[in-house]
Amino acid sequence: MPFYDEMYDDAGAVRPGYRHYVEWLRSIDPERLSRKRAEADVAFRRVGITFAVYGEEAGKERLIPFDVIPRILPANEWRLIERGLRQRVAALNRFLHDIYHEQEILRSGIIPSHVVTENRQYRPQMQGLAVPGGVYAHIAGIDLVRADDGLFYVLEDNLRVPSGVSYMIEDRKMMMRLFPELFVRHRVAPVQHYPDLLLAQLRAAAPAGVDDPTCVLLTPGAFNSAYFEHTFLAQQMGIDLVEGRDLFVQDETVYMRTTQGPKRVDVIYRRVDDDFLDPEVFRPDSLLGVPGLLRAYRAGRVTLANAIGTGVADDKSIYPYVPAMIRFYLGEEPILHNVQTWLGRDPQDLRYILAHLPELVVKEVHGSGGKGMLIGPMASTAEIEEFRAKLRTQPENYVAQPTLALSTCPTFVEEGIAPRHIDLRPFVLSGKAIEMVPGGLTRVALESGSLVVNSSQGGGTKDTWVLEC
Amino acid sequence: MLSRTADHLFWMSRYLERAENLARLLDVTWQYTLVPLSDEAQRQQWNAVLVLNSLEVPFTAKYAEVNGDSVLRFMVRDEGNLSSIYACLRMARENAHAVRGTITNEMWETINTAWLELREQSYEQLVVNEPGEFFEWVKARVSLLRGVTSGTMLRDEAFDFIGLGALLERADNTARLLDVKYYVLKSSDDGTSDFYAWGALLRAVSAFEAYRRTFRSSIQPERVAELLILNGNMPRSLAFCLEGLVKTLRRVANDQSTETLRQAGRLYATLRYGRIEDFLQEGLHEFLTDFMKHIYALGDRISRDFLVV
Repeated sequence: MPFYDEMYDDAGAVRPGYRHYVEWLRSIDPERLSRKRAEADVAFRRVGITFAVYGEEAGKERLIPFDVIPRILPANEWRLIERGLRQRVAALNRFLHDIYHEQEILRSGIIPSHVVTENRQYRPQMQGLAVPGGVYAHIAGIDLVRADDGLFYVLEDNLRVPSGVSYMIEDRKMMMRLFPELFVRHRVAPVQHYPDLLLAQLRAAAPAGVDDPTCVLLTPGAFNSAYFEHTFLAQQMGIDLVEGRDLFVQDETVYMRTTQGPKRVDVIYRRVDDDFLDPEVFRPDSLLGVPGLLRAYRAGRVTLANAIGTGVADDKSIYPYVPAMIRFYLGEEPILHNVQTWLGRDPQDLRYILAHLPELVVKEVHGSGGKGMLIGPMASTAEIEEFRAKLRTQPENYVAQPTLALSTCPTFVEEGIAPRHIDLRPFVLSGKAIEMVPGGLTRVALESGSLVVNSSQGGGTKDTWVLEC
Repeated sequence: MLSRTADHLFWMSRYLERAENLARLLDVTWQYTLVPLSDEAQRQQWNAVLVLNSLEVPFTAKYAEVNGDSVLRFMVRDEGNLSSIYACLRMARENAHAVRGTITNEMWETINTAWLELREQSYEQLVVNEPGEFFEWVKARVSLLRGVTSGTMLRDEAFDFIGLGALLERADNTARLLDVKYYVLKSSDDGTSDFYAWGALLRAVSAFEAYRRTFRSSIQPERVAELLILNGNMPRSLAFCLEGLVKTLRRVANDQSTETLRQAGRLYATLRYGRIEDFLQEGLHEFLTDFMKHIYALGDRISRDFLVV
């Protein structure tokens, strides 16, 4: 399968964005890269930039491998991506507002009603509820991949509690520390002001009439895999990092327990899934949430970012309709492409999937983290047969896509510098306006040939440079 | 600030202070046992470490004999002993981890680095040949953190709860140390070893030079007690700790903490206006036992007033 390489074109020539970098790379002692990588490992460990791993020894923390070779995007490519992201996220927020109000897109038949209303992620509690500014997904992480045709495709929209932005910032800090001379040679667009943008958006999302809102970040706790990020963002924004037990609801108002008594909370940047937010309404066994939170939310006394019920817009069964949403709400042609998707619940699609399993990637509709999926070309016959059986018993649980030839980027691995597959997750903030920092998090599959970039599956990260010209 | 955050800061600080005090106690005991002593005297010295920390029962369940090796093993890196230096640093690091967004990056890195260094080494690597070096390491790490805290942290409530934890723990530790050592030393006072014994006790609280400078005399038990209890300029004395506690409690006061402040103030007053002769006459052991009870009660009250979620 041919791949698009980010650094070299098909003729082996260096692409324009990488010209200065490759010049530098060729001029340095290869030993230096090893030394710098070791230095980065030590620093990341000392700072404790780790993620907790589920299922292994309790509380065990692992480093996410960091690659010292950056992923570079020329300004013109990023401009196009940015426009595409603005368009897509605007449409997704319009969609969420619509399905929780008039449901015009369902009535016009563009999306079959049952796909939305029978979706597990659809929250009837949100029906008719006005959220501040009509914004549902304040923070979105849109996963992009570049295919062999050189174009960017959206692989997935993450509108619930997308994570990874702390690695984007820490990777940049690390690169500037390891190779300051590179930042003299390149005009790399800065990303470290992301927490500032986020804080401004959170404050602006406060309930009407609150002038100086108290914002908090709600974390499931120290054992959550993204706990480092929660502490990092809370610290960078100077807001309290709270757990469910720190909050309580009285008279439809949320308070946190402080050393000076109860203090009202106006905006909650929650990194806890819908299901665990309020045991009165969602999972009654949840100890992570706050009883009565939804009552306070419905009374308009507190803002949740993201809103409840955004999962219905990033679900894999909704994904195929995003281009149609863009046309419907914005009257524009989509700038970023969708990956062709076959739906298990559609009999015709299902026939196609079953006939082409060895070529396709099959994913669970509600799955995430690169788990529970089949990558046809890499799978054994037994694995394929296992998925065939699953597809036959519960076809509505699965979607399939062609196996994408994810682009590669040279990466410093055990055997030296070798191409590895990458993706890109930009973080898009929505409030009165849509804002983002240039670039995002580049994830890299460190195993040769692997297409799975998730950190829980052995993926690493790279600093992502958008060049300013 | 969040009650839970304050609680983590308070305990982070207590565990660090406890680790340091343990290192000081073990160091001084080890050094003292380097001078020629009978086996029984050696045993008594090491046993005092266990008594001081109320650990005789868990110790006996694991080790047959009380001696330098077994007590050091138990107190330095025994993961099963929740009062070991290892356990204290682990708890300090866990509490710090829970509030790493509240403490400064430099503080977190200092604690985390200490923890990683400790965790990677076995008891043999840490202690066998050079126990003194290990104790110095513990003291240096905690001192480093204290310096980093003082040099980087905003003077707000978070800083105050760190202070409360350290002062409360230190007051308790100094009182315990004095209580146990005072009687071991007074009863075995044979004239020759007293200089070393009392000197060791003073060094355990970094007060040897302070003693000399304050009293300019040979070392007398009564003066040692006076220095460690009443001298408000000695950073590990009870009076110093209580003065700090009262000041800090006044700063963080809330609607329900009035009684706690009053009790702390009353305890401070007995030190501020007390005379060592009176305490000695009343019985130092009785005085210190009563003091530790009050410290325990204060800790309890601080928890209830500010920290309980």
